[in-house]
Amino acid sequence: MYRAKIRITLRTSILDPQGKAVEHAIGSMGFGEVRGVRMGKYVELQVDRPTAEEASRVTEEVCRKLLANPVMEDFHVELEPVEPHGG
Amino acid sequence: MAGDRVKFGIVVFPGSNCDHDAYHAAKHVMGQDAAFLWHKEADLQGADVVVLPGGFSYGDYLRCGAIARFSPVMKEVVRFANAGGTVIGICNGFQILLEAGLLPGVLLRNDTLRFTCRYVHVRVENAATRFTGSTTPGTVLAIPVAHGDGNYFTDPDTLRRLEENRQVVFRYCTAEGDPSPEANPNGSLRNIAGIVNEAGNVLGMMPHPERAADPLLRRVDGRQIFASIIAYTLGREAAGSRPVLEHAGR
Repeated sequence: MYRAKIRITLRTSILDPQGKAVEHAIGSMGFGEVRGVRMGKYVELQVDRPTAEEASRVTEEVCRKLLANPVMEDFHVELEPVEPHGG
Repeated sequence: MAGDRVKFGIVVFPGSNCDHDAYHAAKHVMGQDAAFLWHKEADLQGADVVVLPGGFSYGDYLRCGAIARFSPVMKEVVRFANAGGTVIGICNGFQILLEAGLLPGVLLRNDTLRFTCRYVHVRVENAATRFTGSTTPGTVLAIPVAHGDGNYFTDPDTLRRLEENRQVVFRYCTAEGDPSPEANPNGSLRNIAGIVNEAGNVLGMMPHPERAADPLLRRVDGRQIFASIIAYTLGREAAGSRPVLEHAGR
């Protein structure tokens, strides 16, 4: 069993109006030095497969087909082993 | 199809909220047959035209349209579309068509960051589609939009192909028909408001033609899209060239 920690981010070529709005708010707080705010998503899931290789393959497919839209998003997966009944 | 009436099948996802508007426009305004297609049923009930209506399917969770795409009914819609069947996705329906890969590109958050609900003008760029055959090129239609994620985006190669193949069907424009940046309500590339697939049988559009069909609501420009679809479908029936969809897919 593996836990996958998945970060989904807008591709750098895509404008991020939400990130821009948040950056603007940070500027209004007085932190003019903060730049480059990009919004994204974080997903955790568990994969019941015996090897990291298989768990990785399943996770990648789930990301490609559902969790991320490759036209506008990139994803990054981190895998860690977990005890089967450890939640 | 029953007699000389076209059957519209309107897909209902949890969170669809323009399904009844589309049903009303098809059945009561245009005088055609209409049926609701529940998302869990993999059955199009013999519809001639499939409508993916507007709304917030699955609460827009993950990304607009991303979850709806995996509904049982969508397998049949994809099969129907690949066999040449007429499919129109409006607003959230457009988003679902993009997620399902039936149309290219994505709809990003509006560049204004606002949910925009108002009448806009769109210019008919291609009047030689089954969705616009009753109009002429350059016709300006007043149709409302109501969305937060309608900012059409795609990569430069796809954009070039869309333009070359004349797949851009509607562009946001001024009342006079000028597709100026000021007339663009959401930041869409090239003011794109609606596109068809390469085969020309699948249309996605952000404006809501079903909300501009009943004279009670004063504006009726949206009717022209329904009228075009009906004329096309009846014409094909009369010519005896209607494909037998049951055997066309696998």
